[in-house]
Amino acid sequence: MPDYSWPPEDKRTLIGKRITRVDSPLKVSGQAQYTYDVHRPGMLYGKILRCPYAAAKIVSIDTSAAEKMPGVKAVHVIQGPNTTIHWSGDEVVAVAAVDEATAEDAIRAIKVEYRKLPHLVSDAEPPKGAAEEQGPLSVDDIDDMLDNQVPSQQMVKQIQDYGMTEKADERGLRMLKSDGASDAVLDAVRAATVHTDVAAKPHSNYQKAAAVTVGDPDKAFSEAEVVSEGLYGTPVITHCCLESHGSTSEWTDDQHLFVHMSTQNVSGIAGQMAEKIKLPATNIRLHQDHIGGGFGSKFGPDRWGIATAEISKKAGGKPVRIMLERDAELKVAGARPSAYARVKVGAKKDGTLVAWQSDSWGTGGPGGGGSPPIPYVINIPNQRKQHTGIRNNIGPARAWRAPNHPQAAVITMCALDDLAAKLNLDPLEFFLKNIELARPRHEIYREEFGIASDLMGWKQKWHPRGQGGSGNTARGMGLSMHTWGGRGHSSHCDLTIHPDGSVELKMGTQDLGTGTRTCILIVAADTLGIPMNAINLQIGDTMYPPDGGSGGSTTIGGVSSSTRRAAVDARDGLFAKVAPALGAQPDQLECANGTVRVKGDSSKSLSWKEACSKLGAVPLTVRGNNPDPSKPPDLTNSGVGGVQMAEVEVDTDTGIVKVKKMVAVQDCGLVIDLKTAESQCLGALIMGISYALFEEKVMDPTTGRMLNADMQFYRLAGLSDIPELVVHMMTGKGYDERGVIGLGEPPVISPGAAISNAVANAIGVRVPFLPLTPDRVLSALQQKAGA
Amino acid sequence: MRDDDPIHDDVPEKTEERSGVSRRGFLKIAGVSVAVPLVARPEMVWAAGEQVPVHGPGKVPMEFTINGKKYKANLEPRVTLLDALRDQFDLTGAKRVCDRAECGACTVLMDNKTVYACSLLAIEAQGKQITTVESLMQGEKLHPVQQAFVENDASQCGFCTPGFVIACKAMIDKHPNPSPEDIRHGLAGNLCRCGTYDGIKKAIAQVGQKGA
Repeated sequence: MPDYSWPPEDKRTLIGKRITRVDSPLKVSGQAQYTYDVHRPGMLYGKILRCPYAAAKIVSIDTSAAEKMPGVKAVHVIQGPNTTIHWSGDEVVAVAAVDEATAEDAIRAIKVEYRKLPHLVSDAEPPKGAAEEQGPLSVDDIDDMLDNQVPSQQMVKQIQDYGMTEKADERGLRMLKSDGASDAVLDAVRAATVHTDVAAKPHSNYQKAAAVTVGDPDKAFSEAEVVSEGLYGTPVITHCCLESHGSTSEWTDDQHLFVHMSTQNVSGIAGQMAEKIKLPATNIRLHQDHIGGGFGSKFGPDRWGIATAEISKKAGGKPVRIMLERDAELKVAGARPSAYARVKVGAKKDGTLVAWQSDSWGTGGPGGGGSPPIPYVINIPNQRKQHTGIRNNIGPARAWRAPNHPQAAVITMCALDDLAAKLNLDPLEFFLKNIELARPRHEIYREEFGIASDLMGWKQKWHPRGQGGSGNTARGMGLSMHTWGGRGHSSHCDLTIHPDGSVELKMGTQDLGTGTRTCILIVAADTLGIPMNAINLQIGDTMYPPDGGSGGSTTIGGVSSSTRRAAVDARDGLFAKVAPALGAQPDQLECANGTVRVKGDSSKSLSWKEACSKLGAVPLTVRGNNPDPSKPPDLTNSGVGGVQMAEVEVDTDTGIVKVKKMVAVQDCGLVIDLKTAESQCLGALIMGISYALFEEKVMDPTTGRMLNADMQFYRLAGLSDIPELVVHMMTGKGYDERGVIGLGEPPVISPGAAISNAVANAIGVRVPFLPLTPDRVLSALQQKAGA
Repeated sequence: MRDDDPIHDDVPEKTEERSGVSRRGFLKIAGVSVAVPLVARPEMVWAAGEQVPVHGPGKVPMEFTINGKKYKANLEPRVTLLDALRDQFDLTGAKRVCDRAECGACTVLMDNKTVYACSLLAIEAQGKQITTVESLMQGEKLHPVQQAFVENDASQCGFCTPGFVIACKAMIDKHPNPSPEDIRHGLAGNLCRCGTYDGIKKAIAQVGQKGA
């Protein structure tokens, strides 16, 4: 059995080193092609008419004037009369025309009559008595969820938790399938417990999940010596991918569709389009070279992606492009659910944590949103938790980098920081005192806190809460910790060595800008002993072996493992062919520095090209897979720990918060490329500063519309908002041998909590909700002064 | 270029004296022109206290100098420089992101000054030297700013990168040894979502030391 395991540190030539991203030259020169840059011959421009109301019933649609306009090639109704609209900006009609301006003119010529319905866009604390227990679901409820783009995983959980009011018959299941239900959802419906005795009742906007109790919280609170109570939360924010969602579809003949799509899920889109456009997935080809950001929001074809295919068909198969305008991108193409909580937490005088109680709520739009995993990381022995999901008309939620974790970190780490302040303890000492509650990674966190403290100068800089300086400038320090899974997803890698020495590697994965291309090449080149630029890597197409979607930090573990297995098999296949020429056994050979040679005998050596010529006429081709229990060991793993510290300066006259320094110490098992790994952490810190200080999807309660659907008022952090950033990756013994683990999510979890804690430390009072805008800071200061 | 109808005689006059009319300003003027027939020679009307030519609303022939090369196209006056670059001339380095002069992904140079191509009408860019990110490489060799971006990993998804590269080049050309204030000011008009600012800062520091 070949040895697939990762090479030990002294044998690695590329893995774990600081390697420059291979596609950077294309990106800095404007040559990298994104979906938005694809301009197919004869391409038509699609535009979408969107519903202005947050809740409405479509009464009638008149497209006749648009259809008659010169230059308009097709008009397609996406949601017809009698459809209920659940958020403002939802898609109603799509138009394709010879240019964008004509398509816009056509959209304006369409008349839609709506009947407005009452809406709710608030995610404020549920009024007392408003929340109702979620009952069993009807088939109509499931259909509603599909209509509202509730993520499949969330639907499955709800079906499992609450059961169904009726046994779904074949007709019902077929209907759900044709409305886009995934197999997992259909399986859950089939397996659901049926509660025929409970009639489905009209749903409240407020759905209470079952309360969770761990240990004996009442007893623990009565015995606690210090109890801290507080209010914490994070609002709905958007993904704001710079390349908006969209695609170009064209029918190459009446049975074949060619799609360019901005997607995190190259191999998974065809299957999601097939049912809707009544075409086998095998007949749908999808291609993407580069993607301008996804962050969790680009896993499906979306209604507008399906619309490009349908409208292209109506236009005789001509390519039709629909890329969302910025306002639509911010309104409908995904948002991170909000989460707020009233928390009570108790400890002994020495800081030992004993009890947690939380009443939390939040919204993910029509789906109600997920419930954050609180208390986060620190598993307090006695807990009582109650969560209420708010179903409202704010627009659909999508996975946003580390779903539910940043919210959980804010609620937990801020509550614990307030408790530490009440105990007059340095939060670093307080967290270390309770670090055993962070099992099983407590030793990792302990080590990381030590390193972070040194890099930040925590001991020199930290001061008790509120002693942040005199005058109008207050300095403060805060910290947070986080975890994530990140096991590698399903991945398949085809590697071919040609007799002329050229090497080709094909995978249906995608590079989100995380460095996936670079890392695949590092693994293959390190294994084959040839330079990275000697390998022709092709990704981003359904013509290549399928790979998982890039979500949940699963890509690096998947692609590195399948590539390693393929490269080892290809290398050993080559050794078998070359061994006779070198007068040695295959297992005596090694690949290094562009040669194939006998281990320990440098006189017996062939150049890579000479060695490959021994393959004969037929190229050597192999397939590497992940997972692959037949080819041990497991090369990927799950579970990482990371800690972060923030130093801020607050202007107490204006309420403006400036982050002065941040430190991230992060573990992710074996690092493939140290350079792009550090960039992931640096980027996460910056994205974290952005959501901590600026980002919020602001809704107008009267009209139900988003008020800041542009990049002037939906603010992202700019270059001048970014301070000194220090990243330390945990590598070497204790880390490398765990295998490759994902890194995209973990470092973006802690910044909000660390910065909020630093602000509390600076000004002596908690600003309850992110973003920490000047008005919120001033209002907290005012309350403190009045208290 | 796709729409390469030959330019006929009545190419619109160059209008340097009104350079930099914003899209909003143009729309105000354009409101006057609704009834103008599809003729080539622009009608002169009084607007905002001066005589201005009114083009369109149909397509009018236009001519551009982009990266030192001549480009011609028949475009509606409402077409932005960004859309002309991307959709007519296949110069897709400049990106459309906010489409409202907020994010800088569409940054190009007009007569060596940074402009937001999304908020400038193509018709106003005639007679100017337009420079896009595509022109910075000399053969296979990256411009020093581009090279510094590569070495300091200053791009992730890369969608904001061309705009940043152009903005950095313009800033470095003006301030070869930029102060923190020069950097803050020179790059205040560009936004990134992946969080590459740290690499960009290091890239600028590197070019500032080595020289561009």
